Amino acid sequence: MALISRSTSTCAPLFRPLTLFSLRHVSTDTSPITVDTSVPFTSHNCDPPSRSVTTSTSELLSFFRDMSLMRRMEIAADSLYKSKLIRGFCHLYDGQEAVSVGMEAALTKSDCIITAYRDHCIFLGRGGSLLEVFSELMGRQAGCSKGKGGSMHFYRKQAGFYGGHGIVGAQVPLGCGLAFAQKYSKDEAVTFALYGDGAANQGQLFEALNIAALWDLPAILVCENNHYGMGTAEWRAAKSPAYYKRGDYVPGLKVDGMDALAVKQACKFAKEHALKNGPLILEMDTYRYHGHSMSDPGSTYRTRDEISGIRQERDPIERVRKLLLSLDVANEKELKDIEKEVRKEVDEAIAQAKGSPAPEPSELFTNIYVKSFGAEAYGADRKEVRVTLPGY
Amino acid sequence: MAAVFQAFGTAAVLLPANDSRVRLLGSFPGRKANVFEVRSEKKIVSDATRVSGRGQHLITNAVATKADAAAASTGSKSGHELLLFEALREGLEEEMERDPCVCVMGEDVGHYGGSYKVTKDLAKKFGDLRVLDTPIAENSFTGMGIGAAMTGLRPIVEGMNMGFLLLAFNQISNNCGMLHYTSGGQFKIPIVIRGPGGVGRQLGAEHSQRLESYFQSIPGIQMVACSTPYNAKGLMKAAIRSENPVILFEHVLLYNLKERIPDEEYICSLEEAEMVRPGEHVTILTYSRMRYHVMQAAKTLVNKGYDPEVIDIRSLKPFDLHTIGNSVKKTHRVLIVEECMRTGGIGASLTAAITENFHDYLDAPIVCLSSQDVPTPYAGTLEEWTVVQPAQIVTAVEQLCQ
Repeated sequence: MALISRSTSTCAPLFRPLTLFSLRHVSTDTSPITVDTSVPFTSHNCDPPSRSVTTSTSELLSFFRDMSLMRRMEIAADSLYKSKLIRGFCHLYDGQEAVSVGMEAALTKSDCIITAYRDHCIFLGRGGSLLEVFSELMGRQAGCSKGKGGSMHFYRKQAGFYGGHGIVGAQVPLGCGLAFAQKYSKDEAVTFALYGDGAANQGQLFEALNIAALWDLPAILVCENNHYGMGTAEWRAAKSPAYYKRGDYVPGLKVDGMDALAVKQACKFAKEHALKNGPLILEMDTYRYHGHSMSDPGSTYRTRDEISGIRQERDPIERVRKLLLSLDVANEKELKDIEKEVRKEVDEAIAQAKGSPAPEPSELFTNIYVKSFGAEAYGADRKEVRVTLPGY
Repeated sequence: MAAVFQAFGTAAVLLPANDSRVRLLGSFPGRKANVFEVRSEKKIVSDATRVSGRGQHLITNAVATKADAAAASTGSKSGHELLLFEALREGLEEEMERDPCVCVMGEDVGHYGGSYKVTKDLAKKFGDLRVLDTPIAENSFTGMGIGAAMTGLRPIVEGMNMGFLLLAFNQISNNCGMLHYTSGGQFKIPIVIRGPGGVGRQLGAEHSQRLESYFQSIPGIQMVACSTPYNAKGLMKAAIRSENPVILFEHVLLYNLKERIPDEEYICSLEEAEMVRPGEHVTILTYSRMRYHVMQAAKTLVNKGYDPEVIDIRSLKPFDLHTIGNSVKKTHRVLIVEECMRTGGIGASLTAAITENFHDYLDAPIVCLSSQDVPTPYAGTLEEWTVVQPAQIVTAVEQLCQ
């Protein structure tokens, strides 16, 4: 149970920040309250931030709502996959929602996030809509990548979400490139490059980290350590599973990734650090309830007791629920109402997405090249030269 | 040299598959009117294009290590003479001045000035943030270039040798080529990846790679190969301005070619082939260093009474089938001379493309002369036999024109 103090409270312990009788699905109370994280931060080569996180009741309610939405979305994707409406690979994020939600609370849309293939919830956190998610998963026109990308290729340029990448580890050099561009254009923004414990053993990560540290880039490498690289436990894949220490000369921080407030605090700290001192590694200690993907039952390399144990003790949504109840921001029924509302939203989005048509055949050949300078080509053969040059 | 002539008899094996793509190509609208003046038949032209059938001003320096003054500068006395690497640098410098988003990253490009001096003095002029020395980490700095390009910067990634880009192949193939497509058009990748490749002077197997064929199937990228200072500068500028990812193949032995190029600004089209020498009897398609071997062979051929049409295809992806097709329709015989490997090379792909589209116009099977499918040996004599020599080209044309 988190320790709580209220900076504005001078009254009796029955002080309630909000009235009980109105529907308080979204609290608008932004007065700061302080909550302690579940565990203190462990740091490498730097001073860890404080355990006490400044938040507000409205923020906590939004955490609850957003995480419930993400959870529901992933469960719905699970059943869509089983009914063969989603094909191919589908990597679900349930259990790890706190990382996305906490990160969003600490960042702005001018900061960039790039991640690997477990990207549905991060896309949602960056402002994507449920319709775009489900349409893309089902390969329809209304999808965020027009149905041409699929589960592993969600992008949202206007919100600084750079995907969505299928090859393990390849997104980390891309993320350092984004940070480079931010430094080049003097944006005063940072890039969070997310990867998993499996990708942490990739060479290109260290190459990119070296360059980022050398050139002082505002890049933050976030290892979402769910302790399993597909079917291989971390102790079988890494000689040293202390991923936050792997940066050696680059400072690192180990965070309880199931605690949204801890994630928020760490990301805020990381952003400030990166803008002044260059890269940082964050290790989010998190867990995924599903297997690696929908083709993996997730139970051959770990016990059901382990999964249900984590669900009982560390589930991110339950933690926020207990916090909200203890702070008396909402009661059981109201939180259940939020969950029902969220469920309805997801069902409606799915219905709408099912109605979206498949892409037109001509879409096969669009977006291969950019239609400005030079080629409008369909492969290596063209019968005619068509050239338009920029005015010079 | 009988072993070299594997091309005969096997070229016609590549038959077109029933391809629905061809139908789509058939619905091409007419050529757009807004074509700018850089097409090769207009006034700003390469030296050799000014060559008419009559005034045989052939390029005398077939092997590029001789830095002679280029022949056939019958055009303007203005312009300035420079070497190919200087032309590349000039193009690069002009684009960096024009657009602050252009930056260069690669090994030793900054303080050292570039291993082939293409970026000499640019770090002094533009600073360390625009001309970046990277550690030896091709996979990650190519990835970083692509990430930077996603946000709108225009990086130029230099591979010290094309062979080293194999380490970055995943980034080039999966991210560079495909992100525009998988993001549904949200991201553009205006990156240029360039570097020298090709067989040099006894550099050994790993440093004599021709990687054009490895990259050619990647959807979403464009590939060009420069061969003269004129087109090197023009293609460099065009590649930088292009919104698509472009791979610019240079050749280690061509860096010291000298030519007079115009003072005024110009760009070469990324999708056009260059007519080096118009002719009537046979179409010889080539690119990069083999252009010079072909021109040397052309001298001999002309003395023997043949009239070869030599086209430097320049654009390796997509092929300029328009120019090539017009030539095939005229001469009805095609010889492809390339430095790429025989198996799965550019020549193989080009043979298939020509056969698919212009089969009716051919009087003889397409002959493709490529390098041997061997790792390039160190010994000088053996190395000479791995690439196509002018004598083999002459024999091939004679046999083709029988």
